[in-house]
Amino acid sequence: MTDATQSGPMLAADGTPLKKSLARSLRRRKLRALALIAPLLLFVLLSFVIPIMSMLFRSVENSIVADTLPLTVVELRNWDADSGELPDEALYAAFTKDMITAIDEKTHTRLGSRLNYEQTGMSSMFRRSGRQIKKLDPETDGPFKDKLIEIHDGWGDVETWRTIKTHAVPITNGYFLNAIDMRRTPEGAQAQPEDKQILIKLFGRTLMMSLIITASCILLAYPVSYLLATLPMRVSNLLMILVLLPFWTSLLVRTSAWKVMLQQQGVINETLVWLGLVADDARLVIINNQFGTIIAMTHILLPFMILPMYSVMQTIPDSYTRAAKSMGATNWTTFWRIYFPQSIPGIGAGSILVFILAIGYYITPEIVGGTKGVFISNRIAYHISSSLNWGLAAALGTILLAVVLLLYWCYDKIVGIDNVKLG
Amino acid sequence: MKVKTTLMASAVAAVAGGAMAEEMTIVSWGGAYSKSQLKAYHEPYSEKTGVTILNDDSSAEAVAKLRAMNEAGNITWDVVDVVAADAIRLCDEGLALEIDFDSQLAAAPDGTPASEDFGDLLVSDCFIPQIVYSTTFGYRTDLVGDNPPTEICAVFDLENYPGKRSLEKRPINNMEWALLCDGVAKEDVYDVLATPEGQDQALAKLGTIKDNVVWWSAGADTPQLLADGEVIMGSTYNGRLFSVIEEQKQPVAMLWDAQVFDLDGWIIPAGLSEERQQRALDYIMFATDTQRLADQAKYISYGPARASSAPLVGQHADLGIDMAPHMPTDPENAKNTFLYNYEFWADYRDDIDAKFQAWLAQ
Amino acid sequence: MAALTPISRKPMSVVLPAVAIAGGFLGMFVGAGQGSVLLGILIGAALMAGLAWVYMNVLDNESVARWITILGLGGLGLLFAGVTGLIVGLLAGWFFAFFIFWLYEGRYRQKLLPYMTGQQVFWHYTFRVICGAIFVFLITPILVVLPLSFNAQDFFTFTPEMLRLDPEGYSLKHYRDFFTNNEWQRSFKNSLIIAPIATFISVSLGTLAAIGLSQSHVPGRRAIMGILISPMIVPLIISATGMFFFYSDIGRFLEGTLGMDKNFVGYVKVILAHAVLGIPFVIITVTATLVGFDQSLTRAAANMGAGPVRTFFKIQMPLILPGVISGGLFAFITSFDEVVVVLFVGSASQKTLPWQMFTGLREQISPTILAVATILVVISIALLTTVELLRRRSERLRGLSPA
Repeated sequence: MTDATQSGPMLAADGTPLKKSLARSLRRRKLRALALIAPLLLFVLLSFVIPIMSMLFRSVENSIVADTLPLTVVELRNWDADSGELPDEALYAAFTKDMITAIDEKTHTRLGSRLNYEQTGMSSMFRRSGRQIKKLDPETDGPFKDKLIEIHDGWGDVETWRTIKTHAVPITNGYFLNAIDMRRTPEGAQAQPEDKQILIKLFGRTLMMSLIITASCILLAYPVSYLLATLPMRVSNLLMILVLLPFWTSLLVRTSAWKVMLQQQGVINETLVWLGLVADDARLVIINNQFGTIIAMTHILLPFMILPMYSVMQTIPDSYTRAAKSMGATNWTTFWRIYFPQSIPGIGAGSILVFILAIGYYITPEIVGGTKGVFISNRIAYHISSSLNWGLAAALGTILLAVVLLLYWCYDKIVGIDNVKLG
Repeated sequence: MKVKTTLMASAVAAVAGGAMAEEMTIVSWGGAYSKSQLKAYHEPYSEKTGVTILNDDSSAEAVAKLRAMNEAGNITWDVVDVVAADAIRLCDEGLALEIDFDSQLAAAPDGTPASEDFGDLLVSDCFIPQIVYSTTFGYRTDLVGDNPPTEICAVFDLENYPGKRSLEKRPINNMEWALLCDGVAKEDVYDVLATPEGQDQALAKLGTIKDNVVWWSAGADTPQLLADGEVIMGSTYNGRLFSVIEEQKQPVAMLWDAQVFDLDGWIIPAGLSEERQQRALDYIMFATDTQRLADQAKYISYGPARASSAPLVGQHADLGIDMAPHMPTDPENAKNTFLYNYEFWADYRDDIDAKFQAWLAQ
Repeated sequence: MAALTPISRKPMSVVLPAVAIAGGFLGMFVGAGQGSVLLGILIGAALMAGLAWVYMNVLDNESVARWITILGLGGLGLLFAGVTGLIVGLLAGWFFAFFIFWLYEGRYRQKLLPYMTGQQVFWHYTFRVICGAIFVFLITPILVVLPLSFNAQDFFTFTPEMLRLDPEGYSLKHYRDFFTNNEWQRSFKNSLIIAPIATFISVSLGTLAAIGLSQSHVPGRRAIMGILISPMIVPLIISATGMFFFYSDIGRFLEGTLGMDKNFVGYVKVILAHAVLGIPFVIITVTATLVGFDQSLTRAAANMGAGPVRTFFKIQMPLILPGVISGGLFAFITSFDEVVVVLFVGSASQKTLPWQMFTGLREQISPTILAVATILVVISIALLTTVELLRRRSERLRGLSPA
């Protein structure tokens, strides 16, 4: 204990300065925390984040034009798209050369499909011309301009070359423009023709419907969770089975069940007609519209709201409300000023879960939503699995992701994310 | 523990299987259709060659998954069943193998080369047609009164046939029917549909019944809707209606008028190893010969794609009824048919689909 | 405490109007079915009020009164609407027999605090009724599925035979199909293999990471949190496509380089993919429970010589268990009910139950999926009841009074 008399820096038991020792212990704690996180973080980064990023990168990636037609792209730079005149022979020769290579590698039809997203008819033009161009010899058969135009008169159309030139950039904003009902043109970004505008509307509808679904989940889950949290354990556990059963039941089954319930010859309508509350020829239309989607999705997501609310409400001590009442607060004041504020973390956690899950659903809206209840995810799925326009799907997905993150950020600012409690 | 043993057991079985015989994965739609293929193609082929066939019910996702497999350079499928339109798309994307029909497919029993036997049905260089199916209408016999519909325009006739109808949630077929019933001659339909005015005309015609349409996206929807009496008539694949009428005995009848022929068949993914590609081609050679195609019609009411198979179509394996009158290609049913224009839709699908979806959402 | 509230009989002026209102409500439905709503309400109200008056003043024997009401209303139902009417009538009778005496004897106050005002009592029961309605909303779709799974037809339709309760309309064939069809058996087995292992992985890794995250001074906490919950917020179809590429490479490596069996690798791929999808739920629930966790407890344990592992299992784990369990529940359901990712990442031999159901719904409407759902519902009721019984037993053994 001689150290006690020393006037230098405070030392720890092993003789190192206390500051240093604390710093080291802090560093060790940090390292230990990181070591706990690291396996999962690496796992998620490698198996999820990186593949998804590269998937989303397709929303701007557009090297296919320059890769398939390298010579043509160079020649196109010298051509003035606004001149209204066809390019000259040099470009047609370069194009023929490119095409012959591409046909050899069977990539020309792929380019045709890509350009067909922008200008209808390109797909068959590339496919049909391919069969003829294949027979040309780039060295001896020139000049090519008239030959190509003879093969398909599309090659004599200025619009064709303008489209190719517009979409020859390796990084494009074209898909993002498409995703917000605009398109990339030689004159810059322009709005889509009115009869093709749908995606912004679907974004709006998805957000609106998800909000309504979240709100109705809060409305229905709050009383139930309160009841479950205040009843004696043995009763509330039995009632909990009623919450967990739908939760266990497959989404597909529950959606089908709602179809059976809601359709015009369905259980609800039949019962109402049997009771005479509704005339046989005036059955309620409660499916294949937004109402059907809201009902079915509220039902499907309700457990995701009830469970977090329940676990938060369980921890609210009874004594607070009793104390408030004993001091003369009315029932309403007790609830609103004492109980409700303490239950907000549960509402927050449930809302985040429900809202995010609702935004991404597409199977349920597809089955019960008809034409008015369809979500943006339905279009993403269509472009991934049917039209193969993965660029547009990725752009739509990126926007959706951005919207979710933005809302998450707002939520954090307003309510505070640490105020969220689950489980 | 249980799980572990199961895993090990399946691993052992697979290793043993790999040593014993070759394996191939064939992708199809599942349900009754896969069952008919199992009976008509897979079982006889396995018996003949000893190859184990794994069935994968992924055809609905085939286009996307083949593209992903191709990009990842790891193709796990050997033969894939797709509709013709998807086959064209896959061929364009370089995802399917090009076939030389005469040398790689069996000739008809009388020696007619395959390319002639299939004839016009060879719509893509990569696509080996298997069946002709049609998208057509079924109606509830008890809901149409004394006046059963005989022609397609009954679909648009709300006065005589009030009630809901179900249509597929896509422009293809619906746009053509709308134009046909709006006074456009059959041979002009695609010319009209290629113009924006024509597209508007078709949508306007569909607009007259829009409030009375239930839109379907899975082939099983219309049979269910008809069985519920939820719709009075609806379009679906003819095989589904056959099952509703003959197997399930529902009060439903077929409206064959203006049925749209479409094709379903095989493709082989591009980029298989030499050995697997040979195996796949061998299977295709076997499974698309004249007798095999005729055999499939015993289990499902789709028409064989070869001209030479038609006379061999026999009776349903379980029900014992003659299948020929239930084929979409039967002369009695095919009085007024409509041919699907693949090239048109390959070009216009993206454009018209966007318009159609915007119109639906209005 | 509650049962101590003294109860007393209520005067006629309270009971009769209440019973009449309920009777009128029932009469409204019957009246609507028979053609006149107003008449129905009047007759219903008069009938029920009359019954109540008779019971209270003349009969005064509860069990006799109960049987009169049940059988009487059942008979009336049978008269008006056949078998279905009989059932509705019996139920209505049971309700009124209970309701009249519940009011008359003042039993509704029995379990409430003695000082509650009338208004509070009324609100108490209104609240219960509202909650009851929400539970009905939750459970009705499941109840609809149960009888449909016994449908003799291959459709999701209540046939006229079923509504008449005719045995002809019912059959066990969809259950037979489930138990004899290889496809269903295999996919069921696959789901039972994949979901628990995936849950185990997400729960163990997720809990560790959550503990790490909850410690102070973790650099970049927000960013890490964002990455870990990202699988929940990316649209599933995009996750599926993106993950396909990763697992395709992994698969090739495991099969090609390490020479593992193809089938086994297939399971590994699906399990890992599902584990990633389940992780956000575990992270969110466990970090939330850890927010309220008192770190001095771990320090106390360390002080007394426990190592980190021992501290974790003896101190931390029991306290955060509820969060871990509900996170695990979410993760399990995510895997057990997931159809999009498995379609991409899996191959035929890993076909799971939802995949099989999805094909079934699309390619042929088959109530077999309803039979599967019914079986799962029965299994989970059995499981949950067992857990509850065990909990009560242990409560009793530990000498705790029922809470």
